Amino acid sequence: MVEFWRWKEYRWTAPDADWKNAGIISCGIDVGSVSSQAVIMTDGNLYAYSNMRTGSNSPDSARRALDWALEGTGLKQENMHFIVGTGYGRINIPFANKAITEIACHARGANFMYGPTVRTVLDMGGQDCKAIRCDEKGKVTAFLMNDKCAAGTGRGMEVFADLLQVHIEEVGDLSFKVDKEPPPVSSTCVVFAKSEASALLRKGVPKNEVLAAYCSAMAHRIFSLLERLGVEKDFGITGGISKNRGVVDRLTKELGITSLTPRYDPQVAGGVGAALFAKSLVEKQRAGQVAR
Amino acid sequence: MKANYGYKDGSGEFFITIDTDKCNSCGDCAKVCPPKVIVMITNDYDEVVPAVAEEHRKKIKYDCAPCKPVSGPRNLPCVAACKPVAIVHSW
Repeated sequence: MVEFWRWKEYRWTAPDADWKNAGIISCGIDVGSVSSQAVIMTDGNLYAYSNMRTGSNSPDSARRALDWALEGTGLKQENMHFIVGTGYGRINIPFANKAITEIACHARGANFMYGPTVRTVLDMGGQDCKAIRCDEKGKVTAFLMNDKCAAGTGRGMEVFADLLQVHIEEVGDLSFKVDKEPPPVSSTCVVFAKSEASALLRKGVPKNEVLAAYCSAMAHRIFSLLERLGVEKDFGITGGISKNRGVVDRLTKELGITSLTPRYDPQVAGGVGAALFAKSLVEKQRAGQVAR
Repeated sequence: MKANYGYKDGSGEFFITIDTDKCNSCGDCAKVCPPKVIVMITNDYDEVVPAVAEEHRKKIKYDCAPCKPVSGPRNLPCVAACKPVAIVHSW
Protein backbone atom coordinates (compact mmCIF):
# COMPACT_ATOMS: atom_id res chain seq x y z
CA MET A 1 0.00 0.00 0.00
CA VAL A 2 1.27 3.45 -0.86
CA GLU A 3 1.54 5.76 2.10
CA PHE A 4 0.78 9.12 0.55
CA TRP A 5 1.52 11.12 3.68
CA ARG A 6 5.01 9.68 4.01
CA TRP A 7 7.58 12.28 3.03
CA LYS A 8 11.18 11.45 2.21
CA GLU A 9 13.77 11.49 4.95
CA TYR A 10 17.09 13.02 3.94
CA ARG A 11 20.50 14.17 5.07
CA TRP A 12 22.95 16.79 3.85
CA THR A 13 26.64 17.63 4.36
CA ALA A 14 28.34 20.88 3.37
CA PRO A 15 30.28 19.95 0.22
CA ASP A 16 33.56 21.74 0.90
CA ALA A 17 33.75 22.05 4.67
CA ASP A 18 36.11 20.26 7.03
CA TRP A 19 35.26 19.94 10.68
CA LYS A 20 38.86 19.23 11.71
CA ASN A 21 39.81 22.93 11.60
CA ALA A 22 36.74 24.09 13.50
CA GLY A 23 37.09 25.71 16.91
CA ILE A 24 33.57 24.97 18.06
CA ILE A 25 31.49 22.05 16.91
CA SER A 26 27.96 22.55 18.15
CA CYS A 27 24.90 20.43 17.68
CA GLY A 28 21.18 21.11 17.83
CA ILE A 29 18.57 18.40 17.95
CA ASP A 30 14.95 19.27 17.29
CA VAL A 31 12.67 16.40 18.20
CA GLY A 32 9.29 17.46 16.92
CA SER A 33 5.97 15.70 16.99
CA VAL A 34 6.26 14.52 13.40
CA SER A 35 9.88 15.01 12.34
CA SER A 36 13.25 15.08 14.08
CA GLN A 37 16.26 17.01 12.86
CA ALA A 38 19.87 16.89 13.97
CA VAL A 39 22.01 19.86 12.91
CA ILE A 40 25.78 20.07 13.25
CA MET A 41 27.49 23.45 12.94
CA THR A 42 31.17 24.26 12.81
CA ASP A 43 32.00 27.75 14.13
CA GLY A 44 28.46 28.89 13.40
CA ASN A 45 28.37 27.55 9.84
CA LEU A 46 26.05 24.80 8.78
CA TYR A 47 28.04 21.59 8.39
CA ALA A 48 25.56 18.70 8.28
CA TYR A 49 21.97 17.90 9.03
CA SER A 50 19.50 15.09 8.88
CA ASN A 51 15.73 15.10 8.86
CA MET A 52 13.69 12.04 9.67
CA ARG A 53 10.38 10.95 11.14
CA THR A 54 9.99 10.92 14.90
CA GLY A 55 9.18 7.45 16.10
CA SER A 56 7.26 6.55 19.22
CA ASN A 57 10.32 7.05 21.38
CA SER A 58 11.98 10.45 21.51
CA PRO A 59 15.41 9.45 22.94
CA ASP A 60 15.60 6.88 20.16
CA SER A 61 14.53 9.37 17.45
CA ALA A 62 17.10 11.89 18.64
CA ARG A 63 19.79 9.22 18.60
CA ARG A 64 18.89 8.05 15.09
CA ALA A 65 18.76 11.60 13.73
CA LEU A 66 22.17 12.41 15.22
CA ASP A 67 23.74 9.17 14.00
CA TRP A 68 22.48 9.82 10.49
CA ALA A 69 23.74 13.42 10.47
CA LEU A 70 27.17 12.16 11.57
CA GLU A 71 27.21 9.39 8.94
CA GLY A 72 30.12 9.65 6.53
CA THR A 73 31.56 12.79 8.15
CA GLY A 74 34.03 10.97 10.40
CA LEU A 75 32.68 12.99 13.32
CA LYS A 76 31.62 11.28 16.51
CA GLN A 77 29.30 12.36 19.29
CA GLU A 78 32.36 12.86 21.55
CA ASN A 79 33.61 15.56 19.14
CA MET A 80 30.60 17.77 19.89
CA HIS A 81 31.38 20.55 22.30
CA PHE A 82 27.78 21.15 23.24
CA ILE A 83 24.42 19.64 22.32
CA VAL A 84 21.16 21.56 22.75
CA GLY A 85 17.82 19.81 22.50
CA THR A 86 14.60 21.51 21.42
CA GLY A 87 11.08 20.67 20.27
CA TYR A 88 8.38 18.60 21.92
CA GLY A 89 10.78 15.85 22.93
CA ARG A 90 13.48 18.20 24.25
CA ILE A 91 13.27 17.12 27.89
CA ASN A 92 13.64 13.54 26.81
CA ILE A 93 17.01 13.59 25.02
CA PRO A 94 19.43 11.95 27.47
CA PHE A 95 22.64 13.05 25.73
CA ALA A 96 21.72 16.73 25.30
CA ASN A 97 23.54 19.20 27.56
CA LYS A 98 20.64 21.64 27.72
CA ALA A 99 17.04 22.03 26.58
CA ILE A 100 15.76 25.31 25.08
CA THR A 101 12.20 25.97 23.93
CA GLU A 102 11.50 25.73 20.20
CA ILE A 103 10.21 29.29 20.11
CA ALA A 104 13.61 30.76 20.96
CA CYS A 105 15.34 28.26 18.66
CA HIS A 106 13.13 28.96 15.66
CA ALA A 107 13.62 32.71 16.00
CA ARG A 108 17.37 32.27 16.15
CA GLY A 109 17.35 29.73 13.32
CA ALA A 110 15.21 32.01 11.12
CA ASN A 111 17.64 34.84 11.81
CA PHE A 112 20.38 32.61 10.38
CA MET A 113 18.33 31.31 7.42
CA TYR A 114 16.74 34.57 6.35
CA GLY A 115 19.29 37.09 7.58
CA PRO A 116 19.01 39.72 10.33
CA THR A 117 16.21 41.66 8.59
CA VAL A 118 13.60 39.05 9.46
CA ARG A 119 11.13 40.35 12.05
CA THR A 120 8.18 37.98 11.82
CA VAL A 121 8.67 34.24 11.76
CA LEU A 122 5.95 31.73 11.21
CA ASP A 123 6.81 28.20 12.20
CA MET A 124 4.36 25.73 10.79
CA GLY A 125 5.22 22.43 12.37
CA GLY A 126 3.73 19.00 12.49
CA GLN A 127 1.52 19.52 15.48
CA ASP A 128 1.39 23.23 16.14
CA CYS A 129 1.75 26.61 14.59
CA LYS A 130 3.82 29.40 16.11
CA ALA A 131 3.92 33.06 15.18
CA ILE A 132 7.07 34.76 16.46
CA ARG A 133 8.31 38.36 16.32
CA CYS A 134 12.03 38.87 16.80
CA ASP A 135 14.72 41.55 16.75
CA GLU A 136 17.83 41.77 14.54
CA LYS A 137 19.71 39.35 16.80
CA GLY A 138 17.03 36.69 16.58
CA LYS A 139 15.81 37.35 20.12
CA VAL A 140 12.08 36.79 20.57
CA THR A 141 10.07 39.99 21.20
CA ALA A 142 6.61 38.40 21.04
CA PHE A 143 5.18 35.00 20.35
CA LEU A 144 1.93 33.16 20.03
CA MET A 145 1.51 29.45 19.79
CA ASN A 146 -1.44 27.37 18.77
CA ASP A 147 -1.03 23.76 19.72
CA LYS A 148 -4.52 22.94 20.84
CA CYS A 149 -5.77 21.74 17.52
CA ALA A 150 -4.39 20.07 14.41
CA ALA A 151 -6.00 22.49 11.95
CA GLY A 152 -3.26 24.58 10.38
CA THR A 153 -0.54 22.00 10.95
CA GLY A 154 1.44 19.48 8.99
CA ARG A 155 -0.49 16.62 10.51
CA GLY A 156 -3.71 18.03 9.06
CA MET A 157 -2.06 18.15 5.65
CA GLU A 158 -0.94 14.53 5.99
CA VAL A 159 -4.52 13.48 6.73
CA PHE A 160 -5.65 15.22 3.54
CA ALA A 161 -2.86 13.77 1.41
CA ASP A 162 -3.91 10.34 2.59
CA LEU A 163 -7.61 10.94 1.98
CA LEU A 164 -7.09 12.29 -1.53
CA GLN A 165 -4.29 9.84 -2.37
CA VAL A 166 -1.89 12.57 -3.39
CA HIS A 167 1.77 12.48 -2.41
CA ILE A 168 2.38 15.09 0.30
CA GLU A 169 5.10 16.83 -1.73
CA GLU A 170 2.68 17.36 -4.66
CA VAL A 171 -0.18 18.87 -2.68
CA GLY A 172 0.97 22.46 -3.18
CA ASP A 173 1.35 22.31 -6.96
CA LEU A 174 -1.83 20.34 -7.55
CA SER A 175 -3.87 22.78 -5.46
CA PHE A 176 -3.17 25.45 -8.09
CA LYS A 177 -4.26 23.27 -11.00
CA VAL A 178 -7.89 24.34 -10.71
CA ASP A 179 -10.17 26.29 -13.04
CA LYS A 180 -11.32 28.63 -10.31
CA GLU A 181 -10.38 29.00 -6.66
CA PRO A 182 -13.02 27.11 -4.62
CA PRO A 183 -14.38 28.46 -1.33
CA PRO A 184 -12.32 27.29 1.65
CA VAL A 185 -13.38 24.27 3.67
CA SER A 186 -15.60 25.73 6.40
CA SER A 187 -14.76 23.36 9.25
CA THR A 188 -11.92 24.38 11.53
CA CYS A 189 -11.33 20.92 12.92
CA VAL A 190 -9.31 18.46 10.81
CA VAL A 191 -11.67 15.59 11.54
CA PHE A 192 -14.69 17.60 10.39
CA ALA A 193 -12.77 19.09 7.48
CA LYS A 194 -12.01 15.55 6.38
CA SER A 195 -15.68 14.57 6.36
CA GLU A 196 -16.48 17.82 4.56
CA ALA A 197 -13.89 16.91 1.94
CA SER A 198 -15.36 13.41 1.58
CA ALA A 199 -18.75 15.00 0.95
CA LEU A 200 -17.24 17.26 -1.74
CA LEU A 201 -15.62 14.26 -3.43
CA ARG A 202 -18.93 12.39 -3.43
CA LYS A 203 -20.56 15.37 -5.10
CA GLY A 204 -18.01 15.04 -7.90
CA VAL A 205 -15.76 17.97 -7.03
CA PRO A 206 -12.32 17.28 -8.56
CA LYS A 207 -9.48 16.27 -6.23
CA ASN A 208 -7.41 19.37 -6.94
CA GLU A 209 -10.27 21.65 -5.99
CA VAL A 210 -10.69 19.88 -2.66
CA LEU A 211 -6.97 20.32 -2.03
CA ALA A 212 -7.25 24.00 -2.92
CA ALA A 213 -10.20 24.37 -0.55
CA TYR A 214 -8.22 22.86 2.29
CA CYS A 215 -5.03 24.82 1.57
CA SER A 216 -6.92 28.11 1.57
CA ALA A 217 -8.74 27.20 4.79
CA MET A 218 -5.39 26.50 6.40
CA ALA A 219 -3.88 29.72 5.06
CA HIS A 220 -6.79 31.70 6.43
CA ARG A 221 -6.51 30.11 9.83
CA ILE A 222 -2.81 30.93 10.03
CA PHE A 223 -3.52 34.45 8.79
CA SER A 224 -5.85 35.12 11.71
CA LEU A 225 -3.19 33.87 14.11
CA LEU A 226 -0.58 36.19 12.57
CA GLU A 227 -3.00 39.08 12.58
CA ARG A 228 -3.37 38.78 16.32
CA LEU A 229 0.38 39.16 16.80
CA GLY A 230 0.87 41.74 14.05
CA VAL A 231 3.10 41.21 11.04
CA GLU A 232 6.16 43.33 10.46
CA LYS A 233 8.48 43.05 7.45
CA ASP A 234 10.55 40.97 6.70
CA PHE A 235 8.57 37.80 6.91
CA GLY A 236 9.97 34.28 6.92
CA ILE A 237 8.40 30.85 7.23
CA THR A 238 10.05 27.84 8.84
CA GLY A 239 8.92 24.29 9.47
CA GLY A 240 7.66 21.59 7.15
CA ILE A 241 4.65 23.40 5.66
CA SER A 242 6.92 26.17 4.35
CA LYS A 243 7.55 23.71 1.50
CA ASN A 244 3.87 23.56 0.61
CA ARG A 245 3.32 26.26 -2.00
CA GLY A 246 -0.45 25.77 -1.78
CA VAL A 247 -0.52 27.19 1.74
CA VAL A 248 2.42 29.61 1.54
CA ASP A 249 1.29 31.41 -1.65
CA ARG A 250 -2.27 31.76 -0.42
CA LEU A 251 -1.07 33.06 2.93
CA THR A 252 1.31 35.66 1.51
CA LYS A 253 -1.44 36.78 -0.86
CA GLU A 254 -3.76 37.32 2.08
CA LEU A 255 -1.04 39.09 4.07
CA GLY A 256 -0.02 41.26 1.15
CA ILE A 257 3.70 40.65 1.75
CA THR A 258 5.98 38.00 0.32
CA SER A 259 8.11 35.71 2.40
CA LEU A 260 11.90 35.70 2.14
CA THR A 261 13.77 32.88 0.39
CA PRO A 262 15.69 30.74 2.88
CA ARG A 263 19.40 30.05 2.46
CA TYR A 264 18.95 26.44 3.56
CA ASP A 265 16.15 23.97 4.12
CA PRO A 266 13.66 25.87 6.34
CA GLN A 267 12.53 22.68 8.03
CA VAL A 268 15.78 22.47 10.00
CA ALA A 269 15.54 26.04 11.36
CA GLY A 270 14.73 24.85 14.89
CA GLY A 271 17.79 22.61 14.94
CA VAL A 272 19.96 25.41 13.52
CA GLY A 273 18.76 27.74 16.28
CA ALA A 274 19.55 25.11 18.89
CA ALA A 275 23.05 24.60 17.44
CA LEU A 276 23.63 28.39 17.51
CA PHE A 277 22.56 28.50 21.17
CA ALA A 278 24.99 25.64 21.81
CA LYS A 279 27.78 27.64 20.18
CA SER A 280 27.06 30.69 22.35
CA LEU A 281 27.03 28.52 25.46
CA VAL A 282 30.45 27.08 24.59
CA GLU A 283 31.78 30.60 24.04
CA LYS A 284 30.37 31.68 27.38
CA GLN A 285 31.94 28.68 29.10
CA ARG A 286 35.33 29.34 27.53
CA ALA A 287 35.25 33.04 28.39
CA GLY A 288 34.41 32.09 31.98
CA GLN A 289 37.38 29.74 32.19
CA VAL A 290 39.80 32.33 30.84
CA ALA A 291 38.57 34.92 33.31
CA ARG A 292 39.16 32.53 36.19
CA MET B 1 8.97 39.87 25.08
CA LYS B 2 5.20 39.65 24.75
CA ALA B 3 4.40 36.05 25.55
CA ASN B 4 0.94 34.94 24.45
CA TYR B 5 -0.31 31.80 26.13
CA GLY B 6 -3.61 30.27 25.18
CA TYR B 7 -5.46 29.25 22.08
CA LYS B 8 -8.13 29.99 19.58
CA ASP B 9 -10.85 27.46 18.98
CA GLY B 10 -14.43 27.27 17.74
CA SER B 11 -15.72 29.14 20.81
CA GLY B 12 -13.37 32.13 20.69
CA GLU B 13 -9.91 33.45 21.44
CA PHE B 14 -8.43 32.90 24.87
CA PHE B 15 -5.01 34.39 25.45
CA ILE B 16 -3.10 35.63 28.48
CA THR B 17 -0.41 38.05 27.37
CA ILE B 18 2.58 38.58 29.63
CA ASP B 19 4.88 41.46 28.76
CA THR B 20 8.20 40.33 30.20
CA ASP B 21 9.83 43.70 29.47
CA LYS B 22 7.45 45.36 31.92
CA CYS B 23 7.69 42.56 34.50
CA ASN B 24 9.73 43.24 37.65
CA SER B 25 9.93 39.53 38.60
CA CYS B 26 8.17 40.09 41.96
CA GLY B 27 6.08 36.93 41.63
CA ASP B 28 2.94 38.43 43.17
CA CYS B 29 0.75 37.27 40.28
CA ALA B 30 1.72 33.63 40.82
CA LYS B 31 1.07 33.94 44.57
CA VAL B 32 -2.48 35.26 44.13
CA CYS B 33 -3.62 32.97 41.31
CA PRO B 34 -6.15 30.58 42.93
CA PRO B 35 -5.88 27.66 40.45
CA LYS B 36 -2.10 28.23 39.97
CA VAL B 37 -2.53 28.94 36.28
CA ILE B 38 0.28 31.46 36.54
CA VAL B 39 3.67 30.20 37.71
CA MET B 40 7.13 31.75 37.76
CA ILE B 41 9.67 30.28 35.35
CA THR B 42 13.20 31.03 34.15
CA ASN B 43 12.86 31.61 30.41
CA ASP B 44 15.34 30.98 27.59
CA TYR B 45 16.98 34.36 28.15
CA ASP B 46 17.52 33.70 31.90
CA GLU B 47 14.80 36.08 33.05
CA VAL B 48 12.57 35.06 35.96
CA VAL B 49 9.08 35.80 34.67
CA PRO B 50 5.53 34.50 35.02
CA ALA B 51 4.13 32.04 32.50
CA VAL B 52 0.97 30.02 32.14
CA ALA B 53 1.67 26.54 33.50
CA GLU B 54 1.96 23.86 30.85
CA GLU B 55 -0.97 21.82 32.17
CA HIS B 56 -3.31 24.83 32.02
CA ARG B 57 -2.37 26.20 28.58
CA LYS B 58 -4.98 24.31 26.61
CA LYS B 59 -7.89 25.00 28.97
CA ILE B 60 -7.50 28.50 30.38
CA LYS B 61 -11.04 29.31 29.27
CA TYR B 62 -12.23 26.97 32.01
CA ASP B 63 -9.39 27.34 34.51
CA CYS B 64 -9.67 31.13 34.60
CA ALA B 65 -13.48 31.07 34.65
CA PRO B 66 -13.86 31.20 38.49
CA CYS B 67 -12.14 34.64 38.49
CA LYS B 68 -14.41 35.92 35.69
CA PRO B 69 -17.98 36.24 36.95
CA VAL B 70 -20.58 36.63 34.22
CA SER B 71 -22.16 39.60 36.01
CA GLY B 72 -21.03 42.02 38.69
CA PRO B 73 -17.63 43.64 39.08
CA ARG B 74 -14.67 41.83 37.65
CA ASN B 75 -11.41 41.89 39.51
CA LEU B 76 -8.82 39.47 38.18
CA PRO B 77 -6.33 38.72 41.00
CA CYS B 78 -3.32 38.33 38.68
CA VAL B 79 -4.01 41.59 36.83
CA ALA B 80 -4.75 43.48 40.07
CA ALA B 81 -1.58 42.18 41.75
CA CYS B 82 0.68 43.25 38.89
CA LYS B 83 1.98 46.75 39.67
CA PRO B 84 3.79 47.27 36.34
CA VAL B 85 0.62 46.16 34.44
CA ALA B 86 2.33 43.39 32.54
CA ILE B 87 -0.58 40.90 32.39
CA VAL B 88 -3.52 41.21 30.02
CA HIS B 89 -6.36 38.77 29.38
CA SER B 90 -7.87 38.79 25.89
CA TRP B 91 -11.39 37.74 26.91
